[in-house]
Formats: sequence, C-alpha cells, structure tokens
Amino acid sequence: MSDFDSEAMADAGVENPKLPPHLELRRTRVLCKADAPTSTDTVQYSGAYASLGVDNSLRFDDFRNNFRVQVNRISHEDMEFDMVGVDPSIANALRRILLAELPTMAIEKVLIANNTSVVQDEVLAHRLGLIPIKVDPRLFDYLSENDTSNEKNTIVFKLHVRCAERGQRLTATSNELTWLPKGSELLKTSESLTSTSKPETYTSFTCSQDSMPEFAGNPISVYPDIIIAKLGFGQEIELEAHAVKGVGKTHAKWSPVATCWYRMLPEVVLTEEIEGKKAELLKQKCPANVFEIEDLADGRKRATVARPRACTLCRECIRDGDDWEKRVSLRRVKDHFIFTIESTGALPPEVLFTEAVKILEDKCERVISDLS
Amino acid sequence: MECASFRDQWNATFILAEEDHTLANALRFTLNQDPQVIFCGYSIPHPSDAQVNVRVQTTEKVARDVLKDAGQHLMLRCQHIRGTFDKAVDNFRTKNPPDDHPSQNMDSD
Repeated sequence: MSDFDSEAMADAGVENPKLPPHLELRRTRVLCKADAPTSTDTVQYSGAYASLGVDNSLRFDDFRNNFRVQVNRISHEDMEFDMVGVDPSIANALRRILLAELPTMAIEKVLIANNTSVVQDEVLAHRLGLIPIKVDPRLFDYLSENDTSNEKNTIVFKLHVRCAERGQRLTATSNELTWLPKGSELLKTSESLTSTSKPETYTSFTCSQDSMPEFAGNPISVYPDIIIAKLGFGQEIELEAHAVKGVGKTHAKWSPVATCWYRMLPEVVLTEEIEGKKAELLKQKCPANVFEIEDLADGRKRATVARPRACTLCRECIRDGDDWEKRVSLRRVKDHFIFTIESTGALPPEVLFTEAVKILEDKCERVISDLS
Repeated sequence: MECASFRDQWNATFILAEEDHTLANALRFTLNQDPQVIFCGYSIPHPSDAQVNVRVQTTEKVARDVLKDAGQHLMLRCQHIRGTFDKAVDNFRTKNPPDDHPSQNMDSD
C-alpha cells in the first residue's frame, strides 16, 4: 500500500492533473443545504486522491503563490482582513493563540486597605482584574512564584476614593486608578516593625518605572471610564492593585482581545436563471439583502447575486421546497477566512496578529529543537 | 519531548508536553501534507493534562525526521504569513492614511 502511494506521488509530481469538478467542489467548498451543511471537512491527507493520480500535498511554493492577505478595515482597536489560501488548522491555531496565549498585563493582586462600599472585597478585586491596562506587555517579565515584585514584572496602581458629600453618590471609575511608578506605598506591618532597617513595602522596586526610557513621558494608564463601584455618603475605598503579566488560558482577564473570530467566505451561486416573479420573490426572501434584480435588454428581469459577502447562510432563500435548493447554491470557501480581531487596547490589532504568528513559530521551533 | 516507538522508527508516538489543539492540529495538517506520511493523528489523553500524543507513521524517512520537517514547514509558513500580513497592513495604511489614531502611541516597535 505504502509503496503504491509514494510511486503515485512521484508520478504526480511533474504535472498535477486536475480533480474532476464535482470532487474539486467538495474539496474546496462547504455546501450548505437546507437541512445541513455537507463536505464540511478538509481533505488533508496528501494521498487522498492518489487513485485518480492527483497529488493532494501542498508544496510550500504553491502556498507562497496562493496565499494572500487583504485588509478591509483597521483602527486602533479593531481590524478585519481576508486571509486566503490557508488551511483552517492554521487559521484556528492563530485564533486560539490570540485568545489564550498572547500575554498582557492585568491586575492580579489587590491589597485592600479600606473598603466600606457595598461592593464586597472579592467582587471589587474581580472587577479591577478585568480592566484592560494600556501597556505593552513585551516590556515586562512574568512574575514567577519565587520572584519578588520588581519594576520589571509588576505595575502598581492606587485607588483612593471617598464620597464626602451628604446626600450625594460618587461613581468611582477606572480613571481614578493612579499609576505608582515607584511601586507599592503600603508598608508591611507584621515582623518588620521592630527592625531598624528601611520599612518594607509589598514590592521591591530598584528604580522608578517612569525613569525607564519606555515610560518616560508616557505614563501607564488603564482603559478609561469603566465603572468600578458606586459610593454612598461616607463610604470609602482605599486599595492598591498589582498588575502582572499573564496569558488568557490562565484567566480571561489576560486575553488581549475582546474577541477574535473568523468566518469562511460565503459564496452564493444561482445554478439557473431566475427571472420575473421568482426573481422578485428571491430578492424579498433574503433578510441580508444579498440579491439584486437586473433589467435585461428585452425587458425581462433577472436575479443576480450582488452582495455575497452579506450572506449569513440563514438559508431562508432555499427553505420553500426542493426546487429552490436546486436554483440557489449556498457555499463557503474553505480556505478563505474573514478574520476579525478586536483588541482590548494593550496592543493594536495588527501587532497582536503578528505576535500570535510569532508564538506559533516559537512552538514549531520548540518541536524542532526537541527533536534535534 | 518524549518519543514512544515500540516496534520501529517509522511508527512512533510523540508526546508534546504543555501543548494543545493549537499546535497539534496545525502539525497534523502539515504532517498529512507530507507524501512520506501514511498515517498521522493526535489525541489529548485527558483534558486536564496539558499534553498531546502525536502519532506518525511514515514510509521511508523515520518518523522523527518527518515530524521535524513538519515543524520546519509550519514555521516557514508562519513566517510567510507574517510577511504577507505586514505587507498588506502597510499597503492598506498607504492607501488609507489614518486620520485619527488616538492611541497610536501604543504602537511601539
């Protein structure tokens, strides 16, 4: 069996015959029928079509020629781009890395000095943890278990709010979190009281973070206007929050993306001419407004697919009976991904994506070096 | 990485520690694209353990080298994806100059 395969591969190497159209369609498209989608899997095995003399292996040169990226939209917090010519396994790996394995900084430890608000300490700490911190995580190290907090692995914020006016209510927002570049200001009380040495705080910074070139004139801030708590008269919150580096698989607060997803490119094909009343009906059936009516020279009206990208594959157009399913073919292109990244603000989305690819490269490198 | 091959070098199971579907599925894809590979698959023995078993069965080259090649291939692909992506972003930026990017100062590199 194996000998046969490799021979067939060698033969097919020179000129690769094309697959018959019905197989090519199933290889490259998901077919969305009224009851269920079919041919949803990707044919990965290189010898899948060996009996037809077709080589299914993807050579790197082919990949390089076919792969393309087109950016549709980009801003400081989100971007959408088309990634064409890549297998779902790689697109999905990148999506998973973006969600769970790209590091950011997030508040991990909260030292509460005083909290008389109605928000309990643990709830407050959890809320603080979820506030995105606008800082490049690449400038920091991970804080491992035996490390002490220093200026390379911890960011300290202070929050001190008090509602002083009778009959008033005060909303504490993330704007009130102030960065402490010199580290913690809270003193450790217990055993160090008797010693004559310098009073110890909860961090040991050797220098002030704002003296580092990265942060000089560029103070670390958090995402503004997030409500932390509402205080009634006389209520007070005084705390210190320590942010450390982490990844999304430990806790979602470290995920650098609000979300990140892709969808395969929809393809809508009219397998026969749809004219007159039927065309009107088809246009009206589609809630995503995919179809348009075209006036032909002889006064007839014909349906056309004007906006296939808008198709949500709701399958409303092929619901009424078998004949509609024969007229309209809904498909998805298996190797065309419309990728969307929404950043939480730590890094711009395009940087997130390149970092994600780098992480996948690192993983490969680890495999290679393990085997060498 | 642990390699368990009981019978011969052409049929082996590799245990990748601290990995999950992210790498394993991408690796399986690249391995399957290699004409040397007869069979390739992966499994996660227990969802609580961060570990994947990758099974590779090959024809001529030993499984170890084929897996290494697959890693190399995947890495090359990633590099190409990164290059193409960066170019596409630059392209987009020159065509659509940013009018307001309030947090562009975050874009350090």
